[in-house]
Amino acid sequence: MTDLAYDTVKPIKPWKATGKERITTAISLLLALVLAGVAVKTTGLSGKLGYALSFIIFSTLFQIVVSVRKFGRKALGDSIATSLVYTGATLTFAPVVSILFITLKNGIAGLRWNLFTTDMFNASFLDPIGNGGLLHALLGTVTLILIAMVISVPMGIMTALYLTEIRGKGSNLIQFVVQAMSGVPSVVAGLFIFTSVILLTPLKASATAGGLALTVLMIPTVTRTAQEVLLLVPADLREAGLAMGATQWKTVATIVVPAARNGLITATILGVARIAGETAPLIFTIGGADKLNLNPFKDYTSAMPFYVWKGLTLGTPESIQRAWTGILILLILVLSLFTVARTLGGRRMK
Amino acid sequence: MSTTLDAGHVPAPRELTTNPRTSDKIFRGVVTGFGMTALLILTLIGLFLSIRGIQTIHMQGFGFLTRSNWEVVQTDAGTTYNLGVGAMLLGTVLISIIALVIGVPLSVALALFLTFYAPARIKTFLVSVVDLMAAFPSVLYGLWGFFVLMPLATYWGKLLFKYLNWIPIFDAPQYFFERSPFIAGVVLAIMIIPIVTSVAREVFAQTPLDRIQAAYALGATKWGVIKTVVFPFGNSGLIGGAMLGLGRAFGETVAVYSVLNIVFKVNIHILYGSGGNVASMIIQKWGESTGGETTALLAAGFILFLLTLLVNLGANFIVRNTLKSGK
Repeated sequence: MTDLAYDTVKPIKPWKATGKERITTAISLLLALVLAGVAVKTTGLSGKLGYALSFIIFSTLFQIVVSVRKFGRKALGDSIATSLVYTGATLTFAPVVSILFITLKNGIAGLRWNLFTTDMFNASFLDPIGNGGLLHALLGTVTLILIAMVISVPMGIMTALYLTEIRGKGSNLIQFVVQAMSGVPSVVAGLFIFTSVILLTPLKASATAGGLALTVLMIPTVTRTAQEVLLLVPADLREAGLAMGATQWKTVATIVVPAARNGLITATILGVARIAGETAPLIFTIGGADKLNLNPFKDYTSAMPFYVWKGLTLGTPESIQRAWTGILILLILVLSLFTVARTLGGRRMK
Repeated sequence: MSTTLDAGHVPAPRELTTNPRTSDKIFRGVVTGFGMTALLILTLIGLFLSIRGIQTIHMQGFGFLTRSNWEVVQTDAGTTYNLGVGAMLLGTVLISIIALVIGVPLSVALALFLTFYAPARIKTFLVSVVDLMAAFPSVLYGLWGFFVLMPLATYWGKLLFKYLNWIPIFDAPQYFFERSPFIAGVVLAIMIIPIVTSVAREVFAQTPLDRIQAAYALGATKWGVIKTVVFPFGNSGLIGGAMLGLGRAFGETVAVYSVLNIVFKVNIHILYGSGGNVASMIIQKWGESTGGETTALLAAGFILFLLTLLVNLGANFIVRNTLKSGK
């Protein structure tokens, strides 16, 4: 045995920042903070936003100078682009944070237990928040969602099956139509149900009419998600079914659909999340009641987004407080649907 | 029951046929029927609203598309209507263009960040956040836009006016900057970011990896790769994504209504608090409308339907072609 002394080679990590680089970055950030303060004091920029803006500009400039000094002129474009990309990404997330924060802050102030136990029949939107509640709107939304689900889930899944299993002559056309349908503005869906159903049939403004309008918006979402999921079912499974002598109907019913079950539930939930917050179509179709109405075929009803909308348009401090609380509850509903869909779908996003 | 086979007797082979069984025929028939309902619904929307459109053109002439007034005069002799959506159409396009100018660069930056810059750990989370943005109710954007964004955006509008008022569109006839098309455009920009970003991400992800690696191997910086490989490849896909965003912006109702001062007058000064939007105008006028006015509002809905349909079909066509060419 020879005694060779092995030097353990320390791996080089050229991408890691050295101590000197870290210090440079820290110093440039500090300088940017100070300069931003100076800029806010001396120029027309003001407030937190002005400060943030000038900080971004100064830190970007320093970053560019540092990297150009280190890597030469070639790094100029790259560092400008990098800082633009980071700034752009940060700017897009700012509204989300702001929306969530403000909704939580303003919404919680109006949370009362009586919101969930009473309707607005004996109260006015202008009353203090202690009077009346939004039970009618909550149950109205539940009714609307159930009606829309009963119609659009079978329709959406069947359409997806047509696109993935039958793949008939019309597939390309239907694919196009579904995409076109997903772009139909929600206000148009409401107008359509108004002129076709409410004006021409005995069914007047009610939960059913509202549910029909929401169906128009929900079908494309369910179809597109269901289609994606059905495409993920391996072709082997279908072929195995057919090879065992099963008919296509048996194969789809006992193999393909059960294999895609979770995904199809996800499609349903995403569809519901899509329509739960729709306001515009309801303005034409549900009439907007202040009283709890559990009959889906007769008489006006209300819905959470409609309740929020009413509170916003009335414009008094009390009604706006109601709007914020209503939107908080609606947001919690949508968020939980969304989370369930994500967990269930378990789709690993790229 | 058991069957015994004689040694000399071979059973006749089953008849081979490509005809589907009865159960399959029913299955295929039913599914095809359901598949066609989407087409049926879209046709019905077009049909029912186009009837109202024709009635309105009959009543108002083609001036309905170009005039910009909305007058309902009631006299003893009856009700006369003088209606036109010219200013509203122009306003819709104007606001949507502002939304694109602000929203598309931000979306592209965000998509680049998510595809090429973000650390893998936070990427999944951030993608979920962007998808969540798409699920926010539009009335929430309306509330937030009115109470949080509008004060800020009014201030930005004043700054723009102060320094850039020599450019005609940044000029204003009066010192009134609240509820302007600019503010509505900012709200819409935020609302279209999720859809444009998700299309852009899809397009960027399709860039052939070997070309990216080839560019790196030639010594390109990250920006160099994006500029010379990713952008040229995804160019038309990005245009398609922007058009999908435009379609979304055309049809947005509640959020725009909350932050826009709807005035039946053509106004191209984007900072001045007077604008138009077909969808918002419909819900503004809906409450007290009767008879011919209701028909005209339905006709306005039909115009909106046609506009979004055209833009969306074009966009989908472009996006699909790009995604196909990547495979």
